[in-house]
Amino acid sequence: MAMPIALRVLEGHARAYRHTWRGTTIGAVLTPVLFLAAMGLGLGQLVDREPTAALGELSYLAWLTPGLLAASAMQAGAADGTFPVLAGTRWVRTYHTAVASPVRPRDLHLGNLLWATIRISVIALVFVVVAAGFGAVPLSRGLLALGPAVLTGVAFCAVLSAGVVLLIRDQFLAGLNRFVIVPLFLFSGTFFPVEQLPPVAGAIARVLPLWHGVELTRALALGTAPALPWPVHLGVVVALLVAGILAGSVTFDRRLRP
Amino acid sequence: MPPVVEARALTKRFGTFTAVDRIDLEVARGEAFGFLGPNGAGKTSAMRMIGAVSPVTEGQLRVLGMDPEREGAELRARLGVVPQEDALDQELTVAENLAIYGRYFDLPRPVIRERIDELLEFVQLSERRQARVDPLSGGMKRRVVIARALINDPEVMLLDEPTTGLDPQARHVLWDRLFRLKQRGITLLLTTHYMDEAEQLCDRLVVMDAGRIVAEGAPTALIAAHATREVVEIRLAPEEDEDAAVQVLERTGHRVEALPDRVLVYVDDGDAFVREVHARGLEPTAVLTRRATLEDVFLRLTGRALAD
Ligand SMILES: Nc1ncnc2c1ncn2[C@@H]1O[C@H](COP(=O)(O)OP(=O)(O)OP(=O)(O)O)[C@@H](O)[C@H]1O
Ligand SMILES: [Mg+2]
Repeated sequence: MAMPIALRVLEGHARAYRHTWRGTTIGAVLTPVLFLAAMGLGLGQLVDREPTAALGELSYLAWLTPGLLAASAMQAGAADGTFPVLAGTRWVRTYHTAVASPVRPRDLHLGNLLWATIRISVIALVFVVVAAGFGAVPLSRGLLALGPAVLTGVAFCAVLSAGVVLLIRDQFLAGLNRFVIVPLFLFSGTFFPVEQLPPVAGAIARVLPLWHGVELTRALALGTAPALPWPVHLGVVVALLVAGILAGSVTFDRRLRP
Repeated sequence: MPPVVEARALTKRFGTFTAVDRIDLEVARGEAFGFLGPNGAGKTSAMRMIGAVSPVTEGQLRVLGMDPEREGAELRARLGVVPQEDALDQELTVAENLAIYGRYFDLPRPVIRERIDELLEFVQLSERRQARVDPLSGGMKRRVVIARALINDPEVMLLDEPTTGLDPQARHVLWDRLFRLKQRGITLLLTTHYMDEAEQLCDRLVVMDAGRIVAEGAPTALIAAHATREVVEIRLAPEEDEDAAVQVLERTGHRVEALPDRVLVYVDDGDAFVREVHARGLEPTAVLTRRATLEDVFLRLTGRALAD
């Protein structure tokens, strides 16, 4: 049987990765570890002077680690859903070459997502191992929490690629990072519980998909119950992923087969 | 066997803009067929429909007897495409660019390895096999793209401006390679806005302008039908009254085209005409007699020069 076409795209990514992994991976692994050290260890000392009910009486480091895991997975997914897509459509135009072969636009989208899944998993795994080394999370629970974190990252990758493939200018990228990715990263219950936000902002944070990913990840990492029933959290993240896949199969086609 | 391309009233619109306007084409196996036209003529749009990467807006199109809409993937597996931009992954090696593309066709890895050897030999880049693409010259990159397009052993090659932007020597190397492909029986479809390229490579061509086909035929037949045997190019001194000079030239009974920088006169005997010019008292700064080319055909048919 012929190899599913999206897997051929995945293989292409893997081959290219031998040359590009240094530039793309080291930063993706290092940044969350730096955050963990600065916030968890540094800021944590300050926070932990008095036990905090809002953190469920946990150390700040233990509370922060799963949030950072999910948020970093989202950032990795966002990176994979933006720069490589723009390279494919505009900077190097490799997507245009790919669709001249039997590869179809939707195969490109799916192949990219499979590749993002592997990459996000590796980045998240390294983070969990390092965090376990700090004593921030038991290794077994950290590994369990990889599931929802990676799912969150891939869902963001799917949605962002579906939009970015249509871009005809690059400026939009800076805005996307500044006004979407960074606020999500900061206000989705990553660094502090959303209950700390003013009521309106807290309500907004609770509809953001990252918050649901964070809640799932934290519940698995700490062995606690999430804020809402877990099918709700999982449903939101899966819905984001499905929406990204479906939208991408339309937008990739529109862009690459005008 | 069905023709390679069969198009009836083929049309491509982007919104309300018509890029390809009801063109008819028939390309036979083994032919080298050209689309000659200026920027924006619709050459790329036509090629992309034939290459099954752009839906047909209206009209009929069959490529290798297949419907590009319904059988796109099967059709693309039998085509080799050289796009207008190289689109090579600059960070990868020459061989890796070819290997990744070969896997898109689901070719077995050993077959790909063998073909890379053969193809790099063919495009005279064997010693660059493991070199990164980035530092290669424009002509070399173009040859890598040709090797990439051949990785699936295509029956038909679609070449969109294969030599645009290259220096004359690099162009000649490419023409030589393309000529060899034609000798092997591969059908070549190419677009160009160089008349010399069209004359060198094409058995037959269509001249396109604003989405339409304005002429079709073998290069020599087109020249015979739309131009004279020779063309005299006359440059006048800046102080000379151009309109008056053109009137004098027109009185000779030959066709005259006044371009911004020179005047062209279409004649059968250039030397005799040059003597006549002097006899009529004109003192041009330069006079050149040359063979008529497709450029003259284009000028005749559209009233504009082909080169930009
Ligand atoms: N995706 C698109 N959307 C809108 N308009 C388009 C699109 N692609 C091409 N066009 C327009 O269609 C016309 C024909 O373009 P096309 O690229 O086919 O011309 P061409 O003959 O290949 O020109 P060139 O020599 O510059 O490559 C142009 O006016 C171009 O702007
Ligand atoms: Mg073009």
